[in-house]
Amino acid sequence: MTGGGMPVPGRGRSPDHRQESTNLADILERVLDKGIVIAGDIRVNLLDIELLTIKIRLLVASVDKAREIGIDWWEHDPTLSSGQRDLADENRKLRERLGLLEAARGGDDDEGARRSFDGRGGRREEKERET
Amino acid sequence: MSDEVLYLYAVTDSNIEDAEVIEMRAIDGAPVQVIAEAPVAAVVSAVDAERFSESALRRGMEDLYWLEGIARAHNAVVSDLARQRPVAPVRLATMFANIENVRTLLRVRAEDFVAALDRIRGRCEWALKGFSVGTEPQPPTTGLPEALGPGRSYLQRRRAERDSRDRRSQEAVTEAEAVHDRLVQLTLASRRYPPQDRRLSGQRDEMVLNSAYLLPEGFDTEIRRVVNEYDGVRLRLELTGPWAPYSFATLESDQ
Repeated sequence: MTGGGMPVPGRGRSPDHRQESTNLADILERVLDKGIVIAGDIRVNLLDIELLTIKIRLLVASVDKAREIGIDWWEHDPTLSSGQRDLADENRKLRERLGLLEAARGGDDDEGARRSFDGRGGRREEKERET
Repeated sequence: MSDEVLYLYAVTDSNIEDAEVIEMRAIDGAPVQVIAEAPVAAVVSAVDAERFSESALRRGMEDLYWLEGIARAHNAVVSDLARQRPVAPVRLATMFANIENVRTLLRVRAEDFVAALDRIRGRCEWALKGFSVGTEPQPPTTGLPEALGPGRSYLQRRRAERDSRDRRSQEAVTEAEAVHDRLVQLTLASRRYPPQDRRLSGQRDEMVLNSAYLLPEGFDTEIRRVVNEYDGVRLRLELTGPWAPYSFATLESDQ
């Protein structure tokens, strides 16, 4: 059995203080936005794939939807099961978050949404600048 | 015509042995394979050509359910490898038609891959996110005089609230810069990333710091101490790791 989706668990010196993240946003940020870029034989333009929150928000619904209609192969797949114990919790949090966001959709919230759209182009240019 | 293509997870040193990956499971539960072309090796698995065609990928990337499965499986392989050896993670969904094309890549880019691996040998990545506490958008409140008329006093209230949020946010930004500066001194390399939007971070508070640090394996005590020192009422810090060196095993051409 492999360690699953946890980023390098168990390598820290004090197991009591392990702070790996299995947070989906953290993993997506890494696998979509970081890592070596190589032109493979199959073209998939990840530049079109932005972690646009509004998009993620719409997509989150499809995870629940899949489970509702009984598609749950991934929960029994040892490769993917690393996330399963967090998934229910994560989904609950996401739903709570959605509720809060819906409730808080005042003027300031719209501002945030505009920013994330306006920031789309600038985001990539800024990324990975060394400090 | 093959109905499978090779999905590339990471590049590592060519001294990797099959025994190291025999128990690992890749996307769709497939076994992990090693393609060695000294001095480097590719870690791959076979995936269904139809499910990973250009059009299927375009659809898949828009489907968080699909994307989550792939992302977690990808990260699982990379993390398992990184526990054992230096790895240069490759971006999600990099695929090749056949083994020969992978071998060609390893030969052509050997020097770049070796340089990338040298940068992260014996090192690992820690990630830090900082949140400005108390900067969530507030519902409108009452309390200021209505003398100017409901419209203007509403605007005044909103402005006052925003100013107060901006002040708190500015203090948090200042502290975030300070903790980042301290960590830069303590670590081998660092990267800054744009803060995630609230709706992606899952935090009500505004993200003011999103960074990654490279440090020798097992040397995280000191950065934990610094992070704890700055983690407070204005700035809330979240340290995660050790991650595989996603931010640092990069090719020169990516910089």
